[in-house]
Amino acid sequence: MLYFSDLLQYSDVFLSGLKTTVELTVLTTILGVILGTVCATVRQYGNRASQRVVSVYVELIRNTPFIVQLFFIFFGLPALGMMLTPWQASMIALTINLGAYSAEIIRAGLASISKGQVEAAKVLGLNFRQTLTRVIFIPAFEKIYPALTSQCIIVMLGSAVISQISVQDLTYAANLVQSRNFRAFESYFVTALLYLGLSILLRVAFNALGKRLFAYRTSH
Amino acid sequence: MIEFSNYDILRNLLFATQWTILLSLAAFIGGTTVALVLTAMRLSRNSAMQRIVKIYVELFQGTPLLMQMFLCFFGLSMLGYEISAWSAAILSLTFFTSAFLVEIWRGCIDTLPKGQWEASRCLGLSFLQTLRFIILPQAIRVATAPTVGFSVQVIKGTALASVIGFVELTKVGTMLNNATFEPFKIFTLVALIYFVLCYPLSLYSKHLEKKFNVSR
Repeated sequence: MLYFSDLLQYSDVFLSGLKTTVELTVLTTILGVILGTVCATVRQYGNRASQRVVSVYVELIRNTPFIVQLFFIFFGLPALGMMLTPWQASMIALTINLGAYSAEIIRAGLASISKGQVEAAKVLGLNFRQTLTRVIFIPAFEKIYPALTSQCIIVMLGSAVISQISVQDLTYAANLVQSRNFRAFESYFVTALLYLGLSILLRVAFNALGKRLFAYRTSH
Repeated sequence: MIEFSNYDILRNLLFATQWTILLSLAAFIGGTTVALVLTAMRLSRNSAMQRIVKIYVELFQGTPLLMQMFLCFFGLSMLGYEISAWSAAILSLTFFTSAFLVEIWRGCIDTLPKGQWEASRCLGLSFLQTLRFIILPQAIRVATAPTVGFSVQVIKGTALASVIGFVELTKVGTMLNNATFEPFKIFTLVALIYFVLCYPLSLYSKHLEKKFNVSR
């Protein structure tokens, strides 16, 4: 038998876990996309050496599991004298992870902007800043927006792993509750539904944001 | 206390890598099998079947793999079904893999023009014949590169099985770390081994993609 009502008295535990997960997600999404944009720009327009550095970073992160990256940062770096709290370590790990994936996605967007478009902007008298934002970045982001946002959601779901270094996120809450009342199935089931709700909510929010960001398409 | 030389560490890690590879293979085979069934369900005209696939994808793409593993391992055993870490890991990785593959393959099949289905129908081919002789040969060509690319995600996904106590590469890494207190060395080695497993697949996937784009 299932006893979901046994979870009710722990609702504040779940809520505070949810809060940590949401906070970390918002922060790392912003930082990760900024890191990814910088890396993508370097990889697309930088000199050879810097391109190589970025691609080594991207390939290393994309081809190793997130949990190993997290353990490396949390357990490995202190051995070199860099002490980090679990929260700091997860924030760094999540940002680095999203940075690598989004760099690859954003670079594809930048590569899709044809040279002629940039030259046309120059001919029309747009200055450097205008060309960069209106002719290169906004159209590039519009093309890869769906891929980029679903990657952000994947990273949010991947953040469940940070409970393993005792960050008190949603998964940590689920573990805590099931160790108190032994209702493992109910606890994990409800947590899975909370994550599902969070990913649906995030998708809706990204779609609404996309409509605003790329409104220029429909406004004329 | 036992002393671990570098050779011992590497030997143990490589031994554990076998289990990572085995788990990846089992999950990939299970995942492709289930994804094939789901793809067939999605292509059928039955709207109830299509809805089931949609919900399946939404459920397993919208929840963390770790949570699926916890549900399969701790959740099921609390409900009275005895399940080993190995079976729980395969089960949850199969769900995860199939949910992503069915979406990847959907994209591939959708790139084929709709007219081909109609033309086959006019020529008197049945649904299964159309699938077998017209759609699949083309779809497989398109789908190979992203499927190989996704196998990298499966290998990385197996690292989470360490959390439910399945002894594979990551788990042995943490065990060795607890015994030697050399986290920097050990997790660097673990990451390198994963990289050696995954990077060739990533490269191969990119190569296939280029090859396909040229021949088109």
